[in-house]
Amino acid sequence: MRQYTYFPGCSCSSEGGARAYNWSIGAVSRVIEAELTELEDWNCCGSTPSGAVDELGAFCLAARDLAIAEKTGRDMVTPCSACYVIFNRTNAYLKEYPNLKKDVDRALAAGGLNYKGTVRVRHVLDVITTDFGYDAIKAKVQKGLNGLKVAPYYGCQVVRPGFGFDDRESPQSLERLISALGGDPVPFPLKTRCCGGSLIISEEDLALDLSHKLLESASVNGAECLITVCPLCQTNLDAYQGRVNKKFRTNFNMPILFFTQLVGFAFGVDGKALGLHTNVVPPVKTLNHASADKAGMVNGSDIWTR
Amino acid sequence: METKAVSRDLLEEITSMPGGDAVKRCIQCGTCTASCPNAGSMDHTPSELIAMARAGMRQEVLSSKAPWYCLSCYMCTVRCPKGVRQTDVMHIIAFLAVRDGKVPATSLTPTMYRLFNHYCSMGSLPEMWFMARFYMQTNPLRAWRLMPVAVNLLRRGRLGIKTRKLTPAAAGQLRSILAEAKSLGGGN
Repeated sequence: MRQYTYFPGCSCSSEGGARAYNWSIGAVSRVIEAELTELEDWNCCGSTPSGAVDELGAFCLAARDLAIAEKTGRDMVTPCSACYVIFNRTNAYLKEYPNLKKDVDRALAAGGLNYKGTVRVRHVLDVITTDFGYDAIKAKVQKGLNGLKVAPYYGCQVVRPGFGFDDRESPQSLERLISALGGDPVPFPLKTRCCGGSLIISEEDLALDLSHKLLESASVNGAECLITVCPLCQTNLDAYQGRVNKKFRTNFNMPILFFTQLVGFAFGVDGKALGLHTNVVPPVKTLNHASADKAGMVNGSDIWTR
Repeated sequence: METKAVSRDLLEEITSMPGGDAVKRCIQCGTCTASCPNAGSMDHTPSELIAMARAGMRQEVLSSKAPWYCLSCYMCTVRCPKGVRQTDVMHIIAFLAVRDGKVPATSLTPTMYRLFNHYCSMGSLPEMWFMARFYMQTNPLRAWRLMPVAVNLLRRGRLGIKTRKLTPAAAGQLRSILAEAKSLGGGN
């Protein structure tokens, strides 16, 4: 069994708004036999806002987590694209800027910690598709998606600025994953464009414009649902879909799933365990519709073999 | 008497910070601006900001709204033909603006970022209290308009009153680390 240190981040923690992402990762990891051990007493990575307010402090926030993770000797995996960028950027800049490293080292020492810089930080999507692979995923499919049309949405930070995982503007891992699950990835030209990020809070109009473009692109390309790899993207596209509809007089009713919810569903995991009841736009009907067709086919073939 | 912060050259300050070092290589091709999803709403485009910084327009650059419209999508950074990390440059300008007290009053992003950092430095971001406090500080009326969003999230169990807390030992350790960072010149 492969072992990882798991960094959920604030949104995906058991108290966060994306707790369903956490649950579905737990469920999927049990099926594929990945052992995720939550990092002990982790703190918020600081995300983008901390760096813009307190530059050195923000590096120290991330470095504390990395220093604790280093003691475990394992790769640290996170489901959040923002955490993924912050930790990888911290790793890269501590190597690139010796003066920064000196300051961060001194700050960590004040907390009795030190960080050598050896932790490899991965995204859950990277671990599932690289370490386990599409064939292993395919082998675990119980229900299948029967050609369900899925928009593969990466967003920004899982692929940019780019820490060696998939292409920075035209990635393919989600498409291949959807196909492995029996779904049909629709062409989605805006798949790595921004959803509006945290500006949904402070500059809502700007962010709604961006989310609207994504929903429109997914919709005109025939997607029945959209999957994301980031808690913030999911919240913007799902919880604010009503705001988009209001502002643009549109009628979107597009289920927005964490990609692990879709994987778990195809694996036959119970919807409740995947937190499908927490999605604002209900996804269950769309998913059941897809798998019902498949189930009919399976039953049919059973009759023939009997 | 001149103060240290004001007398320093903005361009030198940007290049001295992590991620800002390549800014002098900018050839003003405008690729960053063309790649930016929010450039159309900015008072100065990303490439314009670099040109202004090089022209020594400290006041205008630091009080620009543009860095607060940056989404950190990193499209500019990956497309720059000269290796300028434009996203980092935006963050650096935002950081310097906060430090020098020059943030534009017309964007709510600085308030949101400060509040975010306040919670981060205690260990974890309690989404519900963060949002509630942000709207109370800025525009309670907008909070009212967003009630449908909040109600949907509450009904689906996604907005908890319960917040995640670090153990006292971990919280103390984090405080010591950040206090030391502050004494080394960090903090705002």
